[in-house]
Amino acid sequence: MTAGMVAMLIICAIVGVGSLAGFYAGSRRTMDLEQWAVAGRGFGVVFVWLLMAGEIYTTFTFLGASGWAYSRGGPALYLIAYMPLAYAISFFILPPIWEIGRKYHLQTQPDFFQLRYGDKRLSALVALIGVIFIIPYLQLQLVGLGIIVEIASFDKIHRAPAMVGASILVAGFVLLSGVRGVAWVSVIKDFLLLFAALFIAFAIPHIYFGGFGPMFAQLAHAKPSHLVMPGATTNLGHSWYASSVLLSALGFFMWPQSFGASFTARNSDILRRNAIVLPIYNITLPLMFIVGYAALLVVPGLRDGDLSLLTVVRKTFPPWFLGIIGGAGALTAMVPASIQILTAATLLAKNLIRPVIAPGMNDTQVAVVAKTTVIFITTAAVISAVFSHTTLVSLLLLGYSGVTQFLPGVVLGLFWKKVATSGVFAGLVTGIAVVAIMGLSGHDPFVGVNAGFIALCCNCVVVIAVSKVFPSSPFSFNVDSATSSKKAALAAK
Amino acid sequence: MALLFAAVPFVAMCFTVPLWDRIYPMVLGLPFNLFWLMLWTLLTPVCLWMAYRVEVSRNAKQSNSESGDEPQ
Repeated sequence: MTAGMVAMLIICAIVGVGSLAGFYAGSRRTMDLEQWAVAGRGFGVVFVWLLMAGEIYTTFTFLGASGWAYSRGGPALYLIAYMPLAYAISFFILPPIWEIGRKYHLQTQPDFFQLRYGDKRLSALVALIGVIFIIPYLQLQLVGLGIIVEIASFDKIHRAPAMVGASILVAGFVLLSGVRGVAWVSVIKDFLLLFAALFIAFAIPHIYFGGFGPMFAQLAHAKPSHLVMPGATTNLGHSWYASSVLLSALGFFMWPQSFGASFTARNSDILRRNAIVLPIYNITLPLMFIVGYAALLVVPGLRDGDLSLLTVVRKTFPPWFLGIIGGAGALTAMVPASIQILTAATLLAKNLIRPVIAPGMNDTQVAVVAKTTVIFITTAAVISAVFSHTTLVSLLLLGYSGVTQFLPGVVLGLFWKKVATSGVFAGLVTGIAVVAIMGLSGHDPFVGVNAGFIALCCNCVVVIAVSKVFPSSPFSFNVDSATSSKKAALAAK
Repeated sequence: MALLFAAVPFVAMCFTVPLWDRIYPMVLGLPFNLFWLMLWTLLTPVCLWMAYRVEVSRNAKQSNSESGDEPQ
């Protein structure tokens, strides 16, 4: 048996066990849309943790972070900073969103816009933009799977067929197991990734350099500019760092799937407690940086930085160990990909196709349409993955620049009664237009600031200005009554 | 008040980047910027926990005053 076969067999075994666990968890319940998409709103602290962490530990944590540490250096540090800050924001905005979600039986992010602004064109637009910007994130996961197979098979299997095969597996997994299955597989993948990250981040510097200290001393001597911003780039300096951190922290819970994950919680206190502890989970990310920096010294000159982690693992450890790391990485791509596909399909079916194209559908038919769109969404991401050549982190930033444009509509919608539907509409269109114009004309970053952040600022200004000029009849969620009834219930205990 | 506690990590990890984006002094063998962000990854939960304490005690006070006239 060749080394490539050993590694691939172990990856297949890990993926197989993970998928079976998911199918098993999913098959024990009948699946209506409520169960498939939000698991009957019955998840406690552990499962919400796992589901939300399912979106934190993704391929970009694993391959993208080490890849940017390898190819860009200092600017990649933004990845470490934004997630704890995103939780700090979630601490304040997720509990009220959850209260509203429970009170009005919301399942998706566009449902929230529909309820707050009472305009199905706006919620359909939100659904469409959500799906469009999930695709680069989904593409990121599929490219990650392709890279894993490429490296683990010792370049015998090319990336494109690997991505096609992986996407079929992921789509099948989503169709059969729904959100509950996904949460169960998260258990396996988080355990594996944690082990993998800790082990390789300590072992690789130790084997080649005798520890972190000597390794960084050598790196600081050989490439001192790589370790600080702007690193190996010319235009990703401090202002880019700060704007990207803010954009990503503000946007983290604007991802339709993260927004939706909060609805799976049993109560809003779970979301607050999750926000407190989840930043600790993020500690694996700096470990990935260490591996990326080590790879810069051990395997310099790779054409694609995203290959650096697996290349250095392949060079250092026996094939069976490469298989374990690859298997962990494969699950790390599959779980978020499944959540993303599941969310995108629900959005398209429930918030775009039913209200705009076929209003007569019942919930069962919506569920069928949602499952059909799974195939279309996956295909779109695969095509995009096969034909584009960009780094994993660039895909992530593209997605963020889009979804963060939902922020004014959500936050002002929660906390400012006078925000107008026309204002949110105009702001959203402005934000997306700015992202598209700057992205396509190659002006990202613009004067050293992340273009998505500039778009967000334009978006906010437009929302507030239009709301002031054309006030529309305000709608109140009446959140106070929901929270006070909860407080009364607590007091009664 | 809770917002103030939550603002601390923003200042530490985002707005003060020119102050800590440097290699030296190395701490635990790590470049200073990497060490600083790891440190604040661990300190953010502490800040949020303080914010949580503030919110919980405020809610408790409110519900006490609300349920004060009702028979228990």
